[in-house]
Amino acid sequence: MRLADPLVDWGWLGQHLGQLIHLALQHLELTAIAVGIGIVIAFPLAVLSYRHGRVYGPVSAVASLLYTIPALALFAFLVPYTGLTTLTAEVGLVSYTLLILIRNTVAGLASVPDDIKEAARGMGYTRRQQFWQVEVPLAMPVIIAGVRIATVTTIGLVTVTALIAEGGLGAYILLGIQQAFATPALAAAVGSVVLAVGADLLLLGAQRALTPWTRRSKTQALPIDPRELVARAPKG
Amino acid sequence: MEVLRQALSWIFTTANWWGPAGILARTWEHVQMVGEVLAIALVLAVPVGMLVGHKGRGAFLAVNAAGIGRAIPSFGVIAFVFPLAIRYLPCNIGLWPTLIALVVLAVPPLLTNTYVAVRGVDPDVVEAARGVGMSELQVLLGVELPLAAPLVLDTLRVVAVQVVATATLGAEVGWGGLGRFIVDALSVNNGPHLLAGALLVAALALLVDLVFAGLIRVVAPSPAAGRPISRTRAAVGS
Repeated sequence: MRLADPLVDWGWLGQHLGQLIHLALQHLELTAIAVGIGIVIAFPLAVLSYRHGRVYGPVSAVASLLYTIPALALFAFLVPYTGLTTLTAEVGLVSYTLLILIRNTVAGLASVPDDIKEAARGMGYTRRQQFWQVEVPLAMPVIIAGVRIATVTTIGLVTVTALIAEGGLGAYILLGIQQAFATPALAAAVGSVVLAVGADLLLLGAQRALTPWTRRSKTQALPIDPRELVARAPKG
Repeated sequence: MEVLRQALSWIFTTANWWGPAGILARTWEHVQMVGEVLAIALVLAVPVGMLVGHKGRGAFLAVNAAGIGRAIPSFGVIAFVFPLAIRYLPCNIGLWPTLIALVVLAVPPLLTNTYVAVRGVDPDVVEAARGVGMSELQVLLGVELPLAAPLVLDTLRVVAVQVVATATLGAEVGWGGLGRFIVDALSVNNGPHLLAGALLVAALALLVDLVFAGLIRVVAPSPAAGRPISRTRAAVGS
C-alpha cells in the first residue's frame, strides 16, 4: 500500500514515461485491429441487411445480444476456449463494435435520397457504380459517425482486457489497483481519454476530408447517441 | 463442451446458491448496486438536463456530455478512486470506487438525452401550455417532463444494462456482486467457474434489459415517442 503517496507522483510518471507511451501505442494497436476487423465484418452484413430487409432482423438481434453481454463476461466466455490471449481480447472487442457499425451503416445507406439514386440510374450508372460512387459516399458521414463511436467505446474497453491479456494502458490500471497507487491509474485513465478524444477528432477530420460536400451544409452528429438504439431489441 | 457442462452443473448445484457468498447473495448485491447507481444518476442528471433543455443555457455541455462520458474508462475510474477510498473512506473499501465509477458512467448519457428529449418537445405545445396560464414550473413538470419521459426511459434501459455490465469490474477492488465469480475464477484459472460467472452476469444483463423493455411498454406504450429514435428507426426501416 502506498498510502502516503501524493495524488500524482510526478517523479514516478517521469521515470515511466517511456513505458506509458509504449502502452498507449499498444492500446491503439489493439483498438485499430478490433475496429478494422469490425468494419470488415460489419460492412457486408450491413449491405446485405439494407438490400434484404429480412436479414436485418436476425443480424441486428445477434449483434444486440453480443452487445448486451457484459464485456468481462464475454471475455470470460472465451477464456476456456481461446485462453488468456490477445485473440480472446480481440474477439470480444470486435463483437462489441458490430452493432454500432452495422446499425450506422444501414442507417447511412437508407438515408440516401431516392431521387439521387434515380438520377444515378438515369445517368446510366450500373448498379455497382451507383453503390460505390453514389450511395456509399453519401452514406459516409453516418458510417463514420458509427466508426467514431465504435472506436471511442473500444478504447475504453481495451483497458478491461488487461485482466485477460495485454491491455494497453489497462496494465497501469491493474498496477494501480494492485499497489493501491493512484498515479498509474490516473495516468492510464487520462491517457485513455486522450487517445479516445484524439482518435475521435482524427476520424472527424477524415470524414470531413472524404465528404467535402458536407462541410458547407451544417452536418450535425445525430442528437441521440446511436448507442441508445442499441439495447432495443428489434420490434416484434 | 466439457467446460460448459461443468459450468452448468456448478450453476445448478443448489448449495452454490445459498450463503453469504452464494449466487443469490451476489446477485442481490449486484442488483442493489445497480438500483442505487441508477437512482443517484437520475437525481443528478434529469433535473439538470430538464433545466438546460428548458432554458437552453449550458446546451453545449449537455449535448456533449454523452460523448465525453464515453471516453472515460470506468475501469480507470475504479482504479483511481480505489487508493483514495482506502485513505479517506476506510469502510467498504471496494464499494465506493465501484459506486463512483458507475455513477460517472450513468450520468452523461442520461443528461444528454434528457436535454435532447426536452428540446424535442414541440414548441407549439409549450407555447399553448403557457397560453393557458401554466407557470414555467408547471410547463416543466406538467408538459415537458411527461413528453420527455419515453426517451429518458429508453436511455435508462441502455444505461442500466451498461451499469450491470460494468459493476462486474468492482470485484477487482474487492467489492462483491456477480463479478466476484469471474474475477476469482480468473485468478485461479478455473475455466468452469469462469464460464459459470460469465453466464450469470450475461443472464442478469439480459434480464435487466427485458425488465426495462417491459416497464417501458407499460409506462410509455406509444412506440418511441422520443422523436429522434423513431425517425432513425423509420429510416432504417426495421
